[in-house]
Order: sequence, then structure tokens, then C-alpha cells
Amino acid sequence: MRAALEASRKSVNVAVLSKVHPLRSHSAAAQGGINAALGEEDSWEAHAFDTIKGSDYLADQDAAEVLCKEAPADIIELENMGTVFSRREDGRLEQRPFGGAGFPRTCYVGDITGQAILHVVWEQLIKAGITTYEEWFVTSLAVEDGACRGVIAVEMRSGRVQAIAAKAVVLATGGLGRVYQPTTNSLISTGDGMSLAYRAGAPLMDMEFVQFHPTTLKDSGVLLTEGARGEGAYLLNSLGERFMSRYAPQKMELAPRDVVSRAEQTEIDEGRGVEGCILLDLRHLGEERIRERLWQISELAQDLAGTDILKEPVAVRPGMHYHMGGVKTDVHGATPLPGLFAAGECACVSVHGANRLGGNSLLETVVFGRRAGAAAADYALAAAPHNVTPAAAVDQEKALKAVLERSRSEDTTARVRREMGTTMMDKLGVFRTEGEMAAAVGKIHELKERYRSLGVQDKGRVFNFDLANYLELGYLLDCAECIAAAALARQESRGAHSRRDFPERDDESWLKHSLCYHTPDGPRLEHSAVTVTRWQPERRAY
Amino acid sequence: MQARLRVRRFDPESGGGARYQSYALEVPSYATVLDTLLQIRDDLDGSLALRCSCRSAICGSCAMRIDGQARLACKTKVSALAPNGEEITVEPMGNMPVIKDLVTDMASFWNKVKAIEPWLQPAGPPRSAGEYLVSQGAMRDLTQVMACIMCGACVSDCATLETELGLGKDPDATFLAPAALAKAYRFVADPRDGADGERLLALSRAEGIWDCTRCNICVEVCPKGVAPMDQILALRRKAIAAGYEENLGARHTLEFEKSVRESSWL
Repeated sequence: MRAALEASRKSVNVAVLSKVHPLRSHSAAAQGGINAALGEEDSWEAHAFDTIKGSDYLADQDAAEVLCKEAPADIIELENMGTVFSRREDGRLEQRPFGGAGFPRTCYVGDITGQAILHVVWEQLIKAGITTYEEWFVTSLAVEDGACRGVIAVEMRSGRVQAIAAKAVVLATGGLGRVYQPTTNSLISTGDGMSLAYRAGAPLMDMEFVQFHPTTLKDSGVLLTEGARGEGAYLLNSLGERFMSRYAPQKMELAPRDVVSRAEQTEIDEGRGVEGCILLDLRHLGEERIRERLWQISELAQDLAGTDILKEPVAVRPGMHYHMGGVKTDVHGATPLPGLFAAGECACVSVHGANRLGGNSLLETVVFGRRAGAAAADYALAAAPHNVTPAAAVDQEKALKAVLERSRSEDTTARVRREMGTTMMDKLGVFRTEGEMAAAVGKIHELKERYRSLGVQDKGRVFNFDLANYLELGYLLDCAECIAAAALARQESRGAHSRRDFPERDDESWLKHSLCYHTPDGPRLEHSAVTVTRWQPERRAY
Repeated sequence: MQARLRVRRFDPESGGGARYQSYALEVPSYATVLDTLLQIRDDLDGSLALRCSCRSAICGSCAMRIDGQARLACKTKVSALAPNGEEITVEPMGNMPVIKDLVTDMASFWNKVKAIEPWLQPAGPPRSAGEYLVSQGAMRDLTQVMACIMCGACVSDCATLETELGLGKDPDATFLAPAALAKAYRFVADPRDGADGERLLALSRAEGIWDCTRCNICVEVCPKGVAPMDQILALRRKAIAAGYEENLGARHTLEFEKSVRESSWL
């Protein structure tokens, strides 16, 4: 939506097309905040350094510089649009401490920051009169003469397949969390944009880097914000120890997420967990602070785990939360495929490298959403008009019809999806080894074979979620395959990619990005250099 | 734990009417109604249609009528409603046309939200290149209405709207209803917004704040504690304070006040 808003300011004809109503987007689930160096004693350079160190030096430093330099103006703009950010005594924006940051630079709206920003940007979309196509499901990108010329999409309400021409397309489809089971991600986070771009020939970058958030609820996998630790919550093991003192004596609970998740997993693996979890203790924060700043998570803990966080610690564990990789773009959001742009979690600029800092994902959507919207508008203004060949829609219609005509087999979409999710969690989790990852590659290959013959039970056209889930599973399997292949190839430990058989970072061989290109036989891997501007890689300790 | 769900089904392509279908299945003790519906779709009946996304009561997709009351399916635990394995009835939201199964047509809902001009109309420019300076107290007061996720539960069960739709009125010409009015309050109460006068005047017209019958259902069903009716009443107070009295609702209220003040009689 931020991209559409920016494009509309350049007087191009723009529309938002989404498989759900825009307010249902996964950005609503971002709880803790959004970073910018606003403080007089803070600086964009300090923010950039924290981001790059947090990334384990895999972020492209020119991109991280753009992110951090432009953050203050973008956050002020969000405020001016109406975001109800928390304030200091003097009426200016309040900022809270967050993991891996050297300064309290996270602006927030209680623990509903993502929801608050999402709604405000949607309001601006209405104000600008931008058309939104809600509940349109994109099945492929229209690529002709080596350029992206639009999309093929199904209107879910009618089931009608439509080719939609566009001089430029910006993907802003979010992450791929549902590759894993469990995950904090919404059910709609199925890697659509990544898979669409990949199938159209654009490369996916750094797919092996999957973030495990340290505080997710045991059964449901639902997120409890890092803001809890930002406000001072403790992590305890079964002995009641604040075990982070052994892993990150300086930063303690506010070390970056990869560091905290590894520490938790180690405690659990070495027998100091509590039923496969560790404990998040908020009791000492007091009722008033929790009511005002952590209200949503107190409700979630009560509703989903039956725990009153005012009275007892809540059991949490590392859970799949975010994906640092995505469609490779430059700092303007342009992918290597002309006419195709990407921004947000589906893109890889790369500002997060091997591990993202909390508060930087909402920021990325705003800064690079704006930049991608501007760049796409400029591209469109310079492009000649064209249409999408109707044949593309006809072919898609035939393909969907073929799926609908297959009878529902013994094997089902749900079964394949569950096997994929548990395979990824077991074999490509917090800690990884060669043997397990190789087994995952084999398993994903098997699942892709089985996918081809799956049928659906719903034979109708109107809101056929059975068919949508089937198509989403296809996207997820593409993503799973790339994650596994890139992870297996990277013989080092860096950020969220932590290998027991290669426990050290290896800058000599692996200070480089992984690129996955689509081929009929699976991903072809290439590598590209990391841009280093002013921060030479150092040992990473917290 | 066994869950038993009785789900209202409607397939627009079948030519037939709505029917109820019962399902019984084993679910984990922590399962929500949404978990159960998804398990039905995964394993028993792929044709079951419902909207859902976040599973954590923040995206607003899965409002539906559960045992006769609008609730978020993801926030409603099976064990809470049916501790002894009772059958739970699941139906689409009310006051909206049903498209398929639990999927409703929310067009009128969104039209009303758009009708209140739901964007900040600033009183003046912010300090140069900076944020508007406002107190934390003012921002905190907005967080209750800001918590609205636009799920539609309040509109589903709104008695005023149900009555008007029952009379066959065009849905877009009926009571603005709780969600849109709470959204309007969010701007009227925002110290940065400068369009209070225009907003309150528009909201004082027919189908606006004075059409609420104060039945309190929206407060009871809201899954996010927004208390829409309280915001509607706050808008009424602000409208009268601003002098927008030329309508039946405001005059009615003022006459009551006058009567009590002058004669101690209602």
C-alpha cells in the first residue's frame, strides 16, 4: 500500500490487488515497533551499524544506509498521517529499547504497532482514491519479451480468470512462514510473490536465512512481542536462572533474535527447559505497565495459553517468525526482471542479511515500499503501452480446470503441507547439520512429485479456498526447496543459519549472497558479492 | 477432546438453499473454533468456505456467529463454549448477505467506513519536519478505538441495523452502525484532527449517531474491547457541545434534560 501511495503521487494509474482485504495483511501482526534514529544522541550511522552487525555482516551496507538514513522522515510521515505513536512527556515520539540495538530507537503503539500503521496507510489509500481489488488471487506473472507486463489472477468471488496488464508490477506479498509448522505467521503468508517471481525467472536471494523468534507460545506458535523484553521481561530456565548471562552477558535478553533463540534451544536441549519451553517472566513489570504497553500479549497469553502474565511466567520457545531472504532487488526495489519490483518481506534488498533486528521489518516495508512505488511509477511513465496476450489467461484457466477435474485422492493438500512443515522445522530449524538438510532436500523433492497429482474436493468456482490452498502449497514448496538447497550449500554458521558441523562464520569463503534460479530440475545456485561500505566484518558478540 | 460443530452451509452454485451440517472430530484441548474449522477443511470437507488469516485476533478476518453471537473464531476456545462436548453452532455474520458458507459480502460495511472520511484531516501543519506535539494521555485515550480490527462483529449483531434491513431498506442507506461510528470517534477525539465540526455535523444527520438505540450489544460482542456504543455516546455529547442541535435526537435529549432540570420530572 505504501508503494501504491507513492506511485499515485506521481500521477500514474495505480491499483492494489490482494488475495485478502488489505487490512487482513500480515503486517497487522507486527507488535513491537518500528526503528528510526530520532534521538539527539542517536545517529543513522549507529542504527546502520547495529543493523549490519545484527545481520552478521551479510547485509548490503549501501542498502542498510538507505534504510537507516531515510527512517526518521518516513516515521514522521506515518505520524503526520495519523499514527497514534506513544509519546514522551514533551509530546514527542517515545522510543523503547529493542534487541541488538545500541540505543532505544523503537517507536511503538502499545503492542499493536503493525496494526496501527497498516490501518493508517489504508486510510491514506482511501483518501487518495486508489482502487483496490480485494480477494483477487494471483496465479502467475505475465512475462512477454523479457519483461513483466502484468499478472494473471483469479477473482475469488466469481472464480473468473483475468489477465491484467500493467506497465510495472510491485510485489508486496509478505513472507513464507507457512513453509514451517508451527510459525507465528498468518495463514496467508505462503510465499506467493517469491514463487511467482522465481517461476518468472527472477532470482531469490539468501533463502537459507530463516528467523526464529525467541518468544512464541507453545501450542499455537503465536507471537509474544520482543517489546516484552524491551520493557524488561526476563527469560528463565527450569532452575530459575536468567540464562542469557552465559550467552550474551552485555545485552542479556535484548541480544539479537538468532542469539537468544540459540541460547533457548541449547537450554532446552541440555535439559534445563520446562516441557520443551523456557519461561518469559513479566511479573516484575507491574500491572500498569503491562496494561498500557503490553495489553495484546496479555490477552493472547490468557486466551491461547491460559496464562495470566501478571501472576505467572508464560512458557515460550523459539518459533519460525520471519524470512530474511526473498526476491533480489536493488535499493529502488527493482528486480533483475524488467518491470518487476518487490518490497517488504518478499524482497531481499538486502538490509537484514543473515538476521533481522526487531523493529526493522515494518521500517523496511515503509522505506522500500515508498522507493519501489516511486521507481515503478518512473518505469511506467517511460514505458510504451502494451497489453497482455489473452492467451495467458486462457492457459491459466485450462490449468485450473485440470486441477478441478482431478478427483480428490487419498493424498491431500493438507497432508503434503503438514509433512513439509514438520520436515522444515525438524531439519532446517535453529540448529542444522548436513545429513538432516540433505534429507530435507530429498523429502521436499518427494512432496513436489506428490503435489502434481493432488486433487481438490471443492469443484465450485465461488470462493474455492480448497483450490487456493492447493495453489499456495505450490508456492510454499518452491520456497521450501530453495531454503533447503541454499542452506545445504552454505558451509558456515552466520546469523540465523547455524550449523553444528560448521559452527564458525567463514568470511573468506562465504561472505556472499546465495542466489536461486528456477530450472525444471530445481534451483540452480549462484553467489554474488556483499556490498561493504564502511563497516568491515568483525567478531559478533553481545 | 471431541469437538462437535453444526455449521451453516450455503453453496451459491448448487441452486439450493442453506442447510446445516454437523461434524464431529478429535481436536487438541487448546483448539479454537477456527482451528476446528480448519481441521474440518483439511481432513473432512475441503469445500467449507471461511475467511481467516492471523489466528491471533488482529487481522479481523474470522468474525462469525458462534452459538448465536458474533465472535472471532480464532479467539473462541472450543473447551470454553462446550466443556462437556456440547454441539457448537457456527453461522456467518448477520446483517450482511451470505456469499458462501461463512463468507459474507462486506461491501456495505466498508462503504460506511469510507463514508465517515476515515483519514486524518489535520488542523494545521506539524512543527517543521517533525511530529505533531500531543500528550501521551491524548494518544492513550485513542488506543481503545484504535484497537478496532474492522472484523464486523458489532455490525453483525447490531439491533438497529437488523430492524432497518428487516424493513427492506437499501443497505447503504441504513444506520452507519457501530464500527464506522467508532472509527469516526477516533478522528474527532484526535487532537491533531481539525475537521471535528464538519464530522460532527455529518454524523448528526439521519442514520448517524442518534439512530443508535443503546442496546449495548456491540459492546458485548466486540472482541477487542472497543466499546463502540460508548464512542457513539461520546460523539453525541461532543455534537451537542458543539451546538449541533437541529435534529430529532439532539432535541429529544435536550428536552429530557430541560424537563428534569426544571420540573424534576421525566
